[in-house]
Amino acid sequence: MEFLLSGILAITWQQVIMYCIGGLLIYLAIGKGFEPALLMPMGFGAILVNLPLSGVLDQILEGGIESHGIIQWLFETTIESSEALPILLFIGIGAMIDFGPLLSNPKMMIFGAAAQFGIFFTIALACLFGFDLKDAASIGIIGAADGPTSIMVSQIFDSKYMGAIAVAAYSYMALVPIIQPFAIKLVTTQKERSIRMPYNPRNISKLTRILFPIIVTIIAGLIAPMSVSLVGFLMFGNLLRECGCLNSLSQTAQNEFANIITLLLGITISFSMQAENFVRFETFLIMLLGLVAFIFDSIGGVLFAKLMNLFLKEKINPMIGAAGISAFPMSARVIQKLAMAEDKQNHLLMHAIGANVSGQIGSVIAGGIILYLIPQFVK
Amino acid sequence: MLSAQAITNFLISLEIMGLGMAGIFTVILVIMLVVFLLGKIGGKQEEDLQD
Repeated sequence: MEFLLSGILAITWQQVIMYCIGGLLIYLAIGKGFEPALLMPMGFGAILVNLPLSGVLDQILEGGIESHGIIQWLFETTIESSEALPILLFIGIGAMIDFGPLLSNPKMMIFGAAAQFGIFFTIALACLFGFDLKDAASIGIIGAADGPTSIMVSQIFDSKYMGAIAVAAYSYMALVPIIQPFAIKLVTTQKERSIRMPYNPRNISKLTRILFPIIVTIIAGLIAPMSVSLVGFLMFGNLLRECGCLNSLSQTAQNEFANIITLLLGITISFSMQAENFVRFETFLIMLLGLVAFIFDSIGGVLFAKLMNLFLKEKINPMIGAAGISAFPMSARVIQKLAMAEDKQNHLLMHAIGANVSGQIGSVIAGGIILYLIPQFVK
Repeated sequence: MLSAQAITNFLISLEIMGLGMAGIFTVILVIMLVVFLLGKIGGKQEEDLQD
């Protein structure tokens, strides 16, 4: 009967830590409601892949018999060899986004660029901590506040820290309501946070809504070709939404399709959370650097808005700059809440949503640009 | 102490920061310009339809 004890006897202390981490992720998902669609499958997957001789991973059994594991197979086929899952998820995300607030107020688009600063700041910081350029870039992209982009970039750069990067990206996205107010208050005064902005939306024609995803894809594809798989699928999803003749496809992309991909992505990414790759000091550093990335994204956006205010007659509430990160729609809601905390009559939500959806575009372009730039410098 | 490789990578990362941010701003500014133009054309078409 000794075989019944073989699993228990094979447990390592690192695996026990992973059970605790898995339990923590499940608690954050269920108990606190932090990104439950991703953190719950990732937490459960972290336990699954760390059970000794786990059947969800490939194993060589006694007698040389090979056993194939489902999570390893999913990872190798849908993430490692094709990046299919993170890219496909963008169809669903694109179908969910209404770019109307951005199209009616295109000035807000600039914050989608400014609030990517944290990515590059963190790459520089990660280099100082001794990470090589590819790993530093994979860590910096946590600041895209966009899980699929983080997974895709770290996979293409073959980063051994992908598990930690995915956990950091999704955890901090869930913590945006805590991180952003702190970062914004660091660099704004109460008077600045109270600036009111009138909202005068103009009508957006159907033609504009249809042309927008096509034009963005072409521009991003021509200027930053590596971003085209991310931008292209995001905009394809949006075109499904806006074309008006594919409502059932659009609804499927927004709901069933996005849900299936999210479910599979969460459990599949747990492959990279095996104890020997995850329980190490670098994971702690990556969590810290991820936080820095989110903080400096917000600070970058706010400071850029303050810079613009030096030249503008009608001032922009600098908090809008922080909404240029990709965490949609959480970031826009945070800005609205902060504005209301200073002045109950100050309604910034639509401006913030404009900047926030621009952040979606900015983050995938940032991912594409990093994928293009880093190999130029790596020998 | 920082290794020589870390300092080299840091200096490269500053260059990447400059190029990357410039690249993102360029793409976004071009998209912004096109959206402004689309807005103008769309607005003009609406006015024509009202006339």
